[in-house]
Parts: sequence; structure tokens; C-alpha cells
Amino acid sequence: MPSFKVNGKVHDVDADPGTPLLWILREQLGLTGTKFGCGIARCGACTVHVDGEPVRSCSFPLAAAAGREVTTIEGLSPDRSHPLQRAWIAEQVPQCGYCQSGMLMTAAALLRARPRPTDEEIDFAMTNLCRCGTYARVRRAIRRASGQPAQGAGA
Amino acid sequence: MRLPRRLARTWTAGAGCALALLIASGLGARADRNDRTDRSEGLRAFGEIAKVLRHPRCLNCHTTTSFPRQGDDRHPHANLVRRGPEDRGVPGMACGTCHQAENNPASGVPGKPGWRLAPLSMGWEGLADGELCRVFKDPRRNGGRDLPALTRHLASDPLVAYGWDPGGNRQPVPVPREELVQLMRAWTSAGAPCAAARAAGAPSAAAAAAAAAAAAH
Repeated sequence: MPSFKVNGKVHDVDADPGTPLLWILREQLGLTGTKFGCGIARCGACTVHVDGEPVRSCSFPLAAAAGREVTTIEGLSPDRSHPLQRAWIAEQVPQCGYCQSGMLMTAAALLRARPRPTDEEIDFAMTNLCRCGTYARVRRAIRRASGQPAQGAGA
Repeated sequence: MRLPRRLARTWTAGAGCALALLIASGLGARADRNDRTDRSEGLRAFGEIAKVLRHPRCLNCHTTTSFPRQGDDRHPHANLVRRGPEDRGVPGMACGTCHQAENNPASGVPGKPGWRLAPLSMGWEGLADGELCRVFKDPRRNGGRDLPALTRHLASDPLVAYGWDPGGNRQPVPVPREELVQLMRAWTSAGAPCAAARAAGAPSAAAAAAAAAAAAH
């Protein structure tokens, strides 16, 4: 299996090429910040970046990661200082917290493409599911992290 | 009595012309019949092609809306998935966020290289046969493809291949791919005819179906 990078470090794992990347990250590399939620790419708890683009790692085969650069929640910033991580704390977004790493990785991908997203852009990007219903807080935190008033027109 | 030579020549020439006209009109009638046969065969071929184009495996991403559909029941795609400006989803939620280059047996998510919606100009929902046919073959709406290019697209495009390899318990399109290519050739060689447009005021097939459904309730 050709190697790939995770959070800047090269890995060469021995596993079936069809294994979902999620299980490689969690069980072989010990990066348990990425969560298993639904297993069918619906909930987004397993979202990581591959070459900067968000993917749902439960539906991403190991073989497709060959030669590519994966970023997990552990690699979003070296010291939890990403503007989204700070905004998440400021807005007290997490409740149980289970979905939040996926939420943050999706939000980070959104802000890279749209540094000042509209509420609609936030809503259509943030399709991650949260059983605690933190959606309004998620939107406020994304607005805060992008330098916009936390209370938008529809917040 | 002998006819004056000049008159005889005229008659002979006239008879010759009449015979030529008779033969020509006979040939013309046969040509008309051939044209009609070609046209009806072409229309029949397109009717079969249309069954493929209207199948959920094709139509779910050949939508006329800002979102794709999914499933054999063609429900709106889960997760509020949007078409986006380039038909590949939106930042943070692109088609490639979930759909990879192959069907994924672990998650059940289907995939093929270049997963995306067809552009809005190629939206086929709600079109009667004639309209569908005209949209399908119009290079201004079909991505600049002439008829041979359309056939090649159906024969070899990797994303089109998904229609016959949908994975999971999804139904493949009902016409084998090789047969579809033959139908395309038959339709093309018949001049790629399209059914006439509906008379003004006549309900579309979709509208008629909606009216029938409403009446049923």
C-alpha cells in the first residue's frame, strides 16, 4: 500500500485497500478525534480533509488516500488556536461534543473556500448532524470566526 | 395518314416527359415511404433511448432543480445537497465529500470518477418525448456534442457507466449499454427524428400525470 501523509507525517499502513480511512485513522494511527457516527456518509462525524477538501472518511477507501495529504481534527492547528476552535469555545458550541470534530473540519473547509460565508452558504455546507441540536451555535461560531457579527440576519 | 414529322416529334417528346415524370413520381413516392419508415423507426428507437434517459440512474442528476435526487423513488438528495455553481456541490459539501471513484461497499455510497450533476441545460425532468429529444441532441444544450459524440458519450463516459453499475440494491437502467449504442446508431441513421411538439394548450405528460393523480385523490 503506497504511503500517505496524515497531519504532515508520512504513514505506510498494512491494511486491505478497501478499508475505510476512518478505521485506519482511529485504530491504526490512534487518532480518535475523528468519530464514527452513521457509517453511511450521512452524519459527517468522520469528516477529515484530503488535500484540503472535506471527505467523509467512513466512505473513503484507504487506497484512495495513497500519495495524498490527510488532515484530521488533531492537525487542524498545532495548539487548538484555529479561529474556528477559538470561536467554538467563545460561543460554547459543544454539548455532548461527539459531532464537533466533524463540524469543525467541515467549517474549516467552508472558510477556506468562502472566508466570509453567508448564512445560506453556512447552512448548505454544514450538513453534519448534531443530536444536541447545536446548529444555531455552530452558525454563530462560524460567523464569529469569519469576522462577522455572530448574530446574523437569520441567527 | 402520316402525322406531320414535327407533330410526331412533339408527341414523342411529350410521351417521354410523361414517362419520366411517372417514373420520377413513383420513385418520389417510394422515397417518401422510405422517409416515413426511417422516421417512424427513428422515433421508435428514440422511444427506447428515452426509457434510459428517464431512468432514475440518469434523471436523478439530470435535474432541472438546484438539487439532485436519489433512489429509485427519486426523492430529493439527503442532507440538503445543493447543485452549486459548477454542478459539483457547494464549498464544504461537494459531491466528492461523499462520492469517490468507486461504489463503496462499506458505506453503500455509490461512486464513479467525476461524480457531479449534469448542467441545468441538460435537465430532462418533465419533458415529453419530443422535447426531450430536441434538448438531448441540441449541441447548445448538450455540452457541444454532435450525434456521433453523443453516441460516444453514452458508450464510453465513465460516469455514464454508473447507470449499469449502480451498486447496492439500486436498479440499473433497463436497456443494456450495447443495445443503447445500437439504438443511438439506428436513431442517428434515421436522421435523429424527434416527435412533433405538442399542440399549444395540450397538457404535457407530466401535467397530465399530475392531473390524473389529483383526480384520483
